[in-house]
Amino acid sequence: MRDRTAWTWHIAAGVVILVLLGLHMAIMHLDQTLGLFGVAGAEPVDWESVVARAGSAFFTVTYVLLLGAALYHGLYGLRNILLELNPGATLRRAVNVGLTALGLGLFVFGTWAALAAPGAAAVGG
Amino acid sequence: MAGTGPRRVTFRLRRFEPGTDREPRWEEHRVEVSPGMTVLDGLWKVKELHAPSLAWRSSCRMGICGSCGMLINGRPRLACNTQVAELGGDVVTVAALPNFGTVKDLVPDLGSMFETHRDLMPYLLRDDPAEQDDPTREYRQTPGELERYLQFSYCIKCGCCMAACPTVATDPHYAGPMPLGQAQRYNSDSRDGGFRRRRETLSGGGGPWRCHFAGECSQVCPKGVDPAKAIQLMKRDLVVDLLRLRRRRPPAPVADEPHGTPREGIAAPPPRTATAEG
Amino acid sequence: MESRARPNRLGVLGWVGGGRWGFERYLYTLHRLTGLGLVAYFVMHIFVTSARALGPESWEQAMDVVSGPLFAVGEYLVFAAFAFHAVNGIRLALIELGFAVGRPIEPVYPYATSVGRQRRLARAALMVAAVIALWGGLDFFVLA
Repeated sequence: MRDRTAWTWHIAAGVVILVLLGLHMAIMHLDQTLGLFGVAGAEPVDWESVVARAGSAFFTVTYVLLLGAALYHGLYGLRNILLELNPGATLRRAVNVGLTALGLGLFVFGTWAALAAPGAAAVGG
Repeated sequence: MAGTGPRRVTFRLRRFEPGTDREPRWEEHRVEVSPGMTVLDGLWKVKELHAPSLAWRSSCRMGICGSCGMLINGRPRLACNTQVAELGGDVVTVAALPNFGTVKDLVPDLGSMFETHRDLMPYLLRDDPAEQDDPTREYRQTPGELERYLQFSYCIKCGCCMAACPTVATDPHYAGPMPLGQAQRYNSDSRDGGFRRRRETLSGGGGPWRCHFAGECSQVCPKGVDPAKAIQLMKRDLVVDLLRLRRRRPPAPVADEPHGTPREGIAAPPPRTATAEG
Repeated sequence: MESRARPNRLGVLGWVGGGRWGFERYLYTLHRLTGLGLVAYFVMHIFVTSARALGPESWEQAMDVVSGPLFAVGEYLVFAAFAFHAVNGIRLALIELGFAVGRPIEPVYPYATSVGRQRRLARAALMVAAVIALWGGLDFFVLA
């Protein structure tokens, strides 16, 4: 992928993150504020809340989407910084391959967690 | 200031003699300041009175040629365009522009910048190879079309923007503000048809994607060229092109042959300039 | 291409120093720092929250590890970094797609630049980020 395409995806991923992470931050961390508007439920990190979200298709899909977008956006940014340090040709390749592998690995792991959570909830009650 | 005598300032100069010095060294000379004296005038005075071997590059003395870009009191400026009085203080610190190699003393090696500049084809490219080699007549352009690139065409290639850019500070693969600004100058010229050819280089890792709008290039440009603006507009053009939303337009046509008043005195086109290909 | 003359690149010092003539240079530096912090936190966050896939005990265990005042402060710093990075990111996306820098103009001294042109946007972005970060502080520490 040429840098122009990679950069355009970086911006697009940023927009996706802005919406989804904004939502995530509001639900998970600004729960007191949401409570002021009467939309907050139980403590968001309680197991019951986790189970409720894991069972929802909306939350599962947005988790995976946010995971992919944030990994791409963040690791592309890290790549920018690393490549601007002017590494040699071998190190440059290592940065490209290493960050791609790291991103794919974390994406598979995070997706597994999102998909396995409903099963764990059913077993754990 | 009656009775205190003429004002004097200290010129603190970064010297480097290739072949002799392993590291640059600093040297100080005191000179009298006269009203309206520029840093370039001061350097001449230092050379005349104290340091005859001091080297720098300058030519026009009026901010046109772009030769005397230097790091003056920590900021890239033209020595001829900077008055000692405007700097304030009693010490004027002068070094060669950073982010380039140093040839000697205050002389930066701008060669790499010009190579990148040339690689981006900073001239009108025409679709028709015959027209490219032997232009027939002028190309039509409206005042509005001229304004789309005029600002960028004031660049004098002094290299101040490159010395200020944080990305150029570490990354020699990045084309940098001057070559990118000039590529955009031609890309936005209605007489030019070279967008697709320049795009090959610009879409890669040395292109505008390495610019993160620290804005320093535009802050220091002595001609108000605003390379940061050119680079952001370039990104937009390239992304719009990637999304296949860019309207393709042929380069401006050759102007009609004037009729009614015959052109006199031009019997034949001037002889071709010899090219590398012969 | 590197010059054959004596190298004189500012290096990483040029990222943080070697300038700062405009206030945007600080935003550039802060955007990088917050970005690095957010990536580091995000990788850790993926591992910690994935404990939910192993059942309630594993989840409670993970939540116990990341509880306490130190983590609360750390979490708030991440929130503040997110607020800045997100709002400044909107500014950068607008600028880098050529929307907030203006058209080419005739350069007449004293020169007006794209940097000056977007300055109001930069100030507004910083203020919005500060308000979000302050509100987050209220939520994290006062309302909780």
